[in-house]
Amino acid sequence: MENLFNLFVRSIFIDNMIFAYFLGMCSFLAVSKTVKTSVGLGIAVTFVLLVTAPVNWLVDTYLLKPGALIWLSEDFADLDLSYLSFMIFIAVIAAIVQLVEMVVEKFSPSLYNALGIFLPLIAVNCAILGVALFVQERDYHSIAEVTVYAGGSGIGWFLAIASLAAIREKITYSNIPKPLRGLGISFIITGLMAIAFMSFMGIKI
Amino acid sequence: MSDSNTKAEKEPMFSAKVLKLLKNPLNLENPITVQVLGICSALAVTVQMKPAIVMALSVTIVTAFSNLIISSLRNTIPSRIRIIVQLVVVAALVIIVDQLLKAYVYDVSKKLSVFVGLIITNCILMGRLEAYAMGNKPWPSFVDGIGNGLGYGLILVLVAFFRELLGSGKIYGMKVIPQALYDSGYMDNGLMILPPMALITIGIIIWVQRSKTTELQED
Repeated sequence: MENLFNLFVRSIFIDNMIFAYFLGMCSFLAVSKTVKTSVGLGIAVTFVLLVTAPVNWLVDTYLLKPGALIWLSEDFADLDLSYLSFMIFIAVIAAIVQLVEMVVEKFSPSLYNALGIFLPLIAVNCAILGVALFVQERDYHSIAEVTVYAGGSGIGWFLAIASLAAIREKITYSNIPKPLRGLGISFIITGLMAIAFMSFMGIKI
Repeated sequence: MSDSNTKAEKEPMFSAKVLKLLKNPLNLENPITVQVLGICSALAVTVQMKPAIVMALSVTIVTAFSNLIISSLRNTIPSRIRIIVQLVVVAALVIIVDQLLKAYVYDVSKKLSVFVGLIITNCILMGRLEAYAMGNKPWPSFVDGIGNGLGYGLILVLVAFFRELLGSGKIYGMKVIPQALYDSGYMDNGLMILPPMALITIGIIIWVQRSKTTELQED
């Protein structure tokens, strides 16, 4: 339990998807113009992460890992399908995003309207595939760990995009040097925020 | 189908138009600093020059060939499922690149870790496939892919150059800052190695680029 809590806090603050690994930067910079839309995207990303990461972990553990197919027959003990993982992961993500979109549309039209165009875009958000690959690389052992890690990463991403959007709304009226306006200053702000987030490093719970 | 067959007269392989495809992404249409594509994987691999160069080459190859393949298939792909077709083509190419890297430059492949796999969701790929390859012939698409890959690589190498030089006093793994300088009190700036400085370095590159080319400025 303590381990899970530690993992959760780590994935939000220390291993933050944006500030430590720069994952999902494209939509991070493109969508963070107003707080409202970025909150919508943040929720959508967290939601999709919570669904896709455990599924991809299951696929990896029971289908792709070296010897994973042993539950099918003893003959597959040294079969290693892990080279297929990129293709399977991205297919799983694209399929689940489509599925989530349909389910949300059916059962919660209000949420569907709020997430709107963001849901289909999420399939190609690097943060989603990134979490799947990190989970594979770091060898998490249980589905609980994976879910907690995915949730934490999603919340970290959400925090980052919401705060950048808030800052960008504020600086609309500041007098920034012309060549730096727009994209340039967003990069520098993100950099400064990342430095601030680094103060969480080394915290152990 | 019709547009590719009716044009019987052949364009020269390197017409002015094609050359422009190669040159524009280096500055005016740079994928990173202007189109804001592919930043996701760009920043994390720029602590040293070597992984940055390997990454740039991999992305160039994958972009060029996926553009080529998608452009050759463009008339047969139903538009409803094009995203998944594109993803499968890209994923297949990335798997090949990943296996090659593992076989020939294992240490770099370890350093790049998940970022090789993340080429799949690199926005440059999807962006160029959607914006260019779906509507153009294979050869210009191929060149467009190479151009954009190089534009991406240029920024990557530039950022890696400054981070490695200021962060550990090396260029491509070789010490360039003389020992005498260290003796007189110079120190490597450890902050340059940490992730935040990649963002700030790119911010500064954008600043310099936009002061030179004023038409890129936003207001």
